[in-house]
Amino acid sequence: MIGLLRRDLALAIRAGGGFGLGLAFFLIVVTLVPFGVGPDTAILGRIAPGILWLGALLACLLSLDRILALDWEDGSLDLLATAPIPLEGVVVMKAAAHWLTTGLPLVLAAPALGVLMNLPGPGYGWLTLSLALGTPALSVIGAFGAALTVGLKRGGLLLSLLVLPLYVPTLIFGAEVARRGAEGLVIGAALPLLAGISLACIALMPFAAAAAIRVNLR
Amino acid sequence: MSSMWEYANPKRFMQLSGTVLPWVSGLAALCLIVGLYWGFFLTPDDFRQGSTVKIIYLHVPSALMAINAWIMMLVTSLVWLIRRHHVSALAARAAAPVGATFTVIALATGAIWGQPMWGTWWVWDPRLTSFLILFLFYLGYIALWEAVEDPDTAADLTSVLCLVGSVFALMSRYAVLFWNQGLHQGATLSLDKEENISDVFYFPLLVSIAGFVLLFVALVLLRTRTEIRARRLRALIARERMA
Repeated sequence: MIGLLRRDLALAIRAGGGFGLGLAFFLIVVTLVPFGVGPDTAILGRIAPGILWLGALLACLLSLDRILALDWEDGSLDLLATAPIPLEGVVVMKAAAHWLTTGLPLVLAAPALGVLMNLPGPGYGWLTLSLALGTPALSVIGAFGAALTVGLKRGGLLLSLLVLPLYVPTLIFGAEVARRGAEGLVIGAALPLLAGISLACIALMPFAAAAAIRVNLR
Repeated sequence: MSSMWEYANPKRFMQLSGTVLPWVSGLAALCLIVGLYWGFFLTPDDFRQGSTVKIIYLHVPSALMAINAWIMMLVTSLVWLIRRHHVSALAARAAAPVGATFTVIALATGAIWGQPMWGTWWVWDPRLTSFLILFLFYLGYIALWEAVEDPDTAADLTSVLCLVGSVFALMSRYAVLFWNQGLHQGATLSLDKEENISDVFYFPLLVSIAGFVLLFVALVLLRTRTEIRARRLRALIARERMA
């Protein structure tokens, strides 16, 4: 399983793997927001946690079809399905590789983009923490969406339609933690709920994703 | 002793649904006409809300059926995954657009009522928001059915999506409560309350709810029959090509 993770990471980082594309997309989204809402720093500071969360979510979404599509095309997914490790484990590793190459860079870049968005001082730690807790859930839910649409020729748009509603609870709690942190309020139950959603998704979604892959490989 | 599983046989299902369908449709029309006419023209205006209160006869039943349609899809999806009855999968497919339509009716009537009462067409209230999210789930489900070519693969994938979607729809329902406190009033009807809305409004509401339930059953039966016929037609064409 570790070998699989290494292989996916190497494939993503080497030329043509699309590593960093999500990060560039995140940067562009955040750059475009002031053009849309105006350069008023007070307004930008108020909406910064939400915009950063949305940007991270969209950047994550953009790279989801890469989780399985390439392995589907060249047939390595069939080999992985017949390999001695369970398909659920394969899904976990694929999602982990996606998180390490997309989610983690987003988490690390978020504070820097927070400066651009005039995020209030106490918000940085909470924003980073909420993204660090929430993005794994985005990757695993995305792996399920990728598993559903892997057999389709033009699955990209459908993938967004399927996955975005599933992202709602994670986004609500994640952005809530970041917003309350930025406004200096008590964080309260939002943080444990976000962590709970993440853990539950990591624990359960691989089973659904593996079931969908099995159907598609049939 | 015949069990309900007999109707998993498409032929038996077509026989039964063929005899039942005209009755259900007729009863649905009757209940809807009586319930809506009674509600719209024979009940008094509310002393605060005036005549706008009468939209309740469309709003509450359609909202109720929007959720129940999803629950029905959940059950039929489970039946398909566990017992592999094709009629069940086709019934889930048939119910989705009907449920989506009820969701839109509930949202639209709510907006029309909200404009004079709350002074706005739309607020990001937990109930309204979760209905919008439910509508998105319906759209995704329908789109997945349309996108996958092989019917059995499509049935499997949509069933898995329905199960996962149910969990996430429920989570979203409670997550939005956390995110915003609402304008929407509490439940209009519930079984464990001593007193629901006053009887003058209550009985016509019950009749129109019955009408919406029957309308849903009639539409789903009709659409399932269409799906079965379309599949038979496809099988015939395929057989002819082979010959």
